[in-house]
Order: sequence, then structure tokens, then C-alpha cells
Amino acid sequence: MIAEAGQLALTFAFALSLLLAIVPLYGSFTARQNMLLLAKPLAFGQFIFSLLAMAALVYAFRTNDFTVINVAQNSSSTLPWYYQITASFGSHEGSMLLWVLMLAGWTALVAQFSKALPLLLQGRILGILGLISAGFIAFSLFMSNPFARSLPFYPVEGRDLNPLLQDFGMIMHPPTLYMGYVGFAVAFAFALAALISGRFDSVWARWVRPWALSAWLFLTLGIMLGSWWAYNELGWGGWWFWDPVENASFMPWLAGTALIHSLAVTEKRGTFKSWTVLLALAAFALSLVGAFLVRSGVLVSVHSFATDPGRGLYLLAFLLVVVGGSLLLYGSRMNSVRSQARYQLFSREMLLWGNNIFLLTACLIVFLGTLFPLFHKELGLGSISIGEPFFNQMFYYLTIPFALLLGLGPWVRWKQQQVLPLVRPLGLVAVAALIVALGVLASMQSVQANLALLGMLLGAWVGISALAEVMLRARQFGSVSKGLTKLNASHYGMTVAHIGFAVLVIGVAMTKTYTIERDVRMQEGDTAEVAGYQFTLTDVYDLNGPNYGGQAAELDVRQNGNFVTHLHAEKRFYRIQRTVMTESAVHARLSRDLYVSLGEELPDNAWALRIQVKPFVRWVWLGGLLMALGALLALADKRYRRKITDPGVSHA
Amino acid sequence: MQPRRQKRLAAVILVIALLTGAVAAMLYALQQNIDLFYTPSQLVEGLGKDKVKPVPGQRLRIGGMVVPGSVQRDPNSLKVSFDLVDTGPLVRVTYEGILPDLFREGQGIVAQGILVDATTIDASEVLAKHDEEYMPPEVAEAMKGIKHVPPSQQTTSEAPVKEGRY
Repeated sequence: MIAEAGQLALTFAFALSLLLAIVPLYGSFTARQNMLLLAKPLAFGQFIFSLLAMAALVYAFRTNDFTVINVAQNSSSTLPWYYQITASFGSHEGSMLLWVLMLAGWTALVAQFSKALPLLLQGRILGILGLISAGFIAFSLFMSNPFARSLPFYPVEGRDLNPLLQDFGMIMHPPTLYMGYVGFAVAFAFALAALISGRFDSVWARWVRPWALSAWLFLTLGIMLGSWWAYNELGWGGWWFWDPVENASFMPWLAGTALIHSLAVTEKRGTFKSWTVLLALAAFALSLVGAFLVRSGVLVSVHSFATDPGRGLYLLAFLLVVVGGSLLLYGSRMNSVRSQARYQLFSREMLLWGNNIFLLTACLIVFLGTLFPLFHKELGLGSISIGEPFFNQMFYYLTIPFALLLGLGPWVRWKQQQVLPLVRPLGLVAVAALIVALGVLASMQSVQANLALLGMLLGAWVGISALAEVMLRARQFGSVSKGLTKLNASHYGMTVAHIGFAVLVIGVAMTKTYTIERDVRMQEGDTAEVAGYQFTLTDVYDLNGPNYGGQAAELDVRQNGNFVTHLHAEKRFYRIQRTVMTESAVHARLSRDLYVSLGEELPDNAWALRIQVKPFVRWVWLGGLLMALGALLALADKRYRRKITDPGVSHA
Repeated sequence: MQPRRQKRLAAVILVIALLTGAVAAMLYALQQNIDLFYTPSQLVEGLGKDKVKPVPGQRLRIGGMVVPGSVQRDPNSLKVSFDLVDTGPLVRVTYEGILPDLFREGQGIVAQGILVDATTIDASEVLAKHDEEYMPPEVAEAMKGIKHVPPSQQTTSEAPVKEGRY
């Protein structure tokens, strides 16, 4: 019964989303205030019914209702309760419902927090969000129904959740990532609404900024969690594989990063308008491209769901309608928009424009690298693969000028900057960066002209420059301590996010250069030496978990004879799905990770073990966290909560 | 020219220069990093209409089914070798390291490596998907009409636990 109720709730949500798409938009063109006023309750109703549908699905999972196909294929009665809940969005159907719920949630949030917006704009934004929701709910209802039953012949036991997804990282990763993906729909709707009205100004940019920032915040966290999960769960010790699905989340992130920077220019200087709108459209379009790539099965990936050509076709059609329609609107409206502001070649505007160029080039590289194999195959030239080396090489070239510009950017004034006043402070920053980089590497006794040195230099340049810039701004208020309390929250947000980027660059460069990996054959009592650490295999024994068996290995780690830590690595065999999973043992410190994963059993009671010492790998995720924290700080800025009321509302 | 036009021209030239540089670098990197995919029969008989055979020393990817009974391990190291097959000839793959969790005889896998001689590949990476029914799409395509034998039922290790950690 509950599953049918869930389906009914989803159908109601669909009806409400259709109403939301039609009524306020119609009202906005015929200047009917009562129709515009309906947008808000409709948005709330759509959210409530989506929530009910999700709750029904979770209930079906918790009660082991194996008559529901989705439950039977992705859960089992032996699955721990928390994984039964997360299994509800572990499958294609369930994750689509989660996507719908998130979209409805964002729509409800917009409805709640847009009191300051003119009613007309409010109605249009919510109407466009309703249109997008209708597309996705229809997909969920007609193409991938999560509540479909297999009566009268249903299994007595489910097929269990994919063991890869039975991990804490997997509880957090999909909802956060989807919040990010779907969040860009809000910026998209704002951009379309503004295109319809033909009104762009810094007020519009100020309204969009917090929404774009919060979507970016979630997307950053989601990608970071995914990387952390892969590191712990896949057993290879890698944190980024340039897998097509990772790339699918990375592309909207790059476009979104460009968007939040471009929005800053539009808000502060009233220029870059058409560019900002284009980026807002692109960020969401790329989210849709990602959804299409993941769910259509056109690309081979560890993430791909069961493939169904019909679903892929639907998503492709939806993508084409959304992208084509918005570009058409953009083309017909944008030529009338003119920016008045003037700026010189050396100005913050130009530097931020450079930032955008680099980010979009990166986005283009990821896009081509991901899709090139697909085109190559469709053209009949044979199957190929483009892997890590290509992307690594391209990002190596891109990061150097990008980081150099990033260190410079915050120092440069809007409109026009004289070169001379910057030479001395930035010279000092450069010298300090050189000293820090060489100092760190000297303390590791490895000063060489390699990737690590380059990464340290760039990271130190960006980080020190960001800190020094805050001090400089603070000093302008009189004393530093007084100035530090007067600076905007968004200024701190920028500084923290930039430092996060510096930390990320250092982490990537150091761990790429100094990771030592050894695959060894060990019997109980054997000791392997890796990078100055002695790993002793003390015991291997059988495991008996709730839905898995397998083996566990115990290791003692010593450094120069001193006990460092004890490690516990597992190799699990999930009984229902009959798959083997590696649970690696990690001992984490800021300066290095010790990483051991248990491989296969070899003859003579020996085991294959993969032992890695990975310096600075924590910095990769720390950098991501700092970037997200930066976005949070920027969101806390007072100016986004100021009430702006515009009396001229009710005309189209 | 007016200063404003000059500025615009400079900006446009800058963009074009950057784009050209990026595209050139990308094509160069692509050329170095494309790995063609072969199945064992394509490797032996040649790929496509022209029957192009790879040359020893070439980096490539190969996908096929692990021939049951062909896996040989070196007793003192992690060296392992096995045969791959699709519809005809066998290709030998050598590898040193830990095989993926789902590597089994009879299972479809993809290996990336360097061609040593006409039918031997020294693999640097072996991939198997985390799905029992999985076969790489390229392999599935090359093997149309041939029955995929599911991996043999592996014995589970469900002996009682020595130490109660769970």
C-alpha cells in the first residue's frame, strides 16, 4: 500500500509542478497578480509531495518490501538499517527520485527566501523551476518508476546493496553532490527570468550570488566526499581517476567556479552581464550533460547504472530542449544588453576575465577528453581510451598560469591599477613563497626541480599572497586588529577559498611526487620496509560481518624500531552479491597517510598486500573543505540579507 | 585606432593566442595518450578493414575473457600471467601486482599495457568491473552470439571467526 501511496504522491507532485510551470508564467505575461501569487504555495506543495514519495520509498526499504523491484534489487533483510535507508537512493530509480526531491527542495527554498524579489520575477523564477521539475518528475514516473512492483512473483530475499555503496562516504556523497548539481537550476532559472524581462543589473547579480554560491558549496563538498570515498573504498589509494562520471561532476564545478567569479564583477561593476548569464546557463546545462552521461550508459565507467536506451534518449531530448531553448532566448535578448562600465587592461575586471578563460578552457578539456572516445567509436575509428596522463598533462599546463594570476588577482583594483605600487608587496610575497617552499622541501631533504617544488611554490605564492592581501586591506581601516573586524565576511570567504586552492595544489603536487607504493607478498610474521616504515604482518583471520565474510589482516607499523600504529585491513566477501571488496587500513596524519590494502591469497599461506606511504594526501581534501568553508563565509555576508523592495512590480 | 578599440583588439588577440595554444597542447597530449582497444583476435589478425596490427612496444588496451586454468603465479613474487580469449586466438598477459577484487577465471577483464611480441602483453593495469555480470562493452560487442559463461561458483570463506571484531 505504502508504495502505491508513494507513487500517488509523486503523481501529485507532477501535477503540482505542471501547474507551477504554467500558472505563474502565464500570469506573468498577462499581468495577473493572483496567478503570480499562486507560485509560492504550489512550490511548497510540490516539495511536500516529493518528500512524501521519498518517505514512502525509504519505508519500503526499511520494511524489506521485496515486492517492489527497486527494493528487491538493491537491498536485503541482512543489510544494516542505515544502509537500507541509503540504498533508497543507491539505484538509478531511487537516485532520480532524490534528484527530484532536491529540485523541489531548492524550489521551496527560493519560494521562502525571495520575499525581497519583485513578484513578477519571483513568479517567473518559480515557474521555470517548475518546468524543470516537471521534466524530471515525468522521467521518474514514466521512465524509471521507483515504486514498480513485481507481483505476483516476487523474491523472498533482496539482492543486496552493491557493496561498493556500503560505506559512510556513500551515505553523504550522493545527496551533497545532487544538491550541488540541482542547485545550479536556481541560477539557471534566475538567468532565464532575467532574460525574459530583459533586466540585468547589479541588483539581479546580488540576488543570484547567494544561490550560485550555495550550489557551488554543495558541489565542492560532494566532489570532495566522492574522492574521499574512492580513496577508502576502492583499495587503490587513488583519489581522482578522471573517470567519465567524475568528469561529469567536475565540468559543472568548473563552470560554476567561473560563474561565481563573474557574478562578482556583475554585482560590483555592473559589467560582464551577458557573460554571466551565459555561465549560469552553462553551469546547469553541464549538470544535465552529467546526468545524461551517467544514466544513458553511453560511457563506460565504474559509476554507470544499468543502461536503458529509452532513458538516455529521454534525457538527451530534455537536455536539447533546455539548452536549445535557453540559448535561443539568450540569442534573441542578449544583443540589447550593453555594459556601461569602462576598465583598463590591467584591472581586476581583466584578471577575473582571465580566471574565467582558464576555468572554461579546463572545462573544455575535460569535456573533449570525456567525449572524444565516444565520437571516435561512433565514427568507426575503433575504441580508444583517454586516461589520466592526458588530463594530468593538460591540467599541469593550466594550473601554472592560473595560480600565478590567482595570487595577483585580489591585489588589483577595479577599473585600473598602476603597476608600480604592486611591485614591492608582491615581490616580498614572491620571496616569502620561495623561502617557504624551499624550507619545507629542505626539511624533507629533497630539494629538486620537480613537480613537488613547483606545487609548493605555486601554493605558497597563492596562500601567502591571500594572507598578505587581507593584512593590507585591514591596515586601511587604521590598525590591523580594528580592520580585521571590519572586513566583509565575503572578503574572508574569498581569502579562505583561495587558501583552500593553495592547499589543494600543494597536496596534489606533493602526493603525486612522493607517494611510494609497493605490492608485496607476505606471510604472517614477515616485515616489509616502505619509505622508512616497517610494516609487520602479525595476523590474518576470517571475518564474519552481518552480510559479509572474508579475511582481515593485522599489521604493526614501526619507524626506526619505534611503534607507530596498528593497522587493520579487510577483504570482505559480500555473500548475496558474491562480490569481493577491499576495506583499506589508513593511518592519517597531516603530513602523510599510511595506506594498506589486503590483496588476494597466494599459495603457502601468503597474502598479497599493497602498501603505500602518501605524503600530504590529506591536503587534497583539506583544500576542498577550505574552499567550501570559503563559500559558507561568503554566504554569511550581511549584504545578501538586506531587504530590497522594488515598487514597480506588477507589469510585464 | 581609438584606445578602446586597441584594447579590444589586444583582448581578442590574447584570447585567440590562448585558445590556439590550448588546442595545440591538447592535440599534442591527445596524440601521446590515446590507447587503442583490441580484442585478442583483433590483436592477432589486425584491426579494421586494413587489418592494422599493433607493433611491439605500442601502448594499448586489450579486453577479453580470462581462459579458465590459464592463470599462473610465480611462487616467490606477485608476478602472474594468464590467457585472454574472445572468439579465436589466445593472447598472453603478464602482470606484476595485485589483481582487482573481481578478477576471476572466466571473467571479462580489460588490461592496459605494452605489446611485447605478437601475442604477449606486459600489463601495467588490470581492470575488472565490480559487477558479476559485467563484461566490457567492447568485449561483449566482439563476442556477439557467443555465450558468456558466468564466473564459476567460488567457495565462500565462512569459517568461524577467530577474533570478534564485528
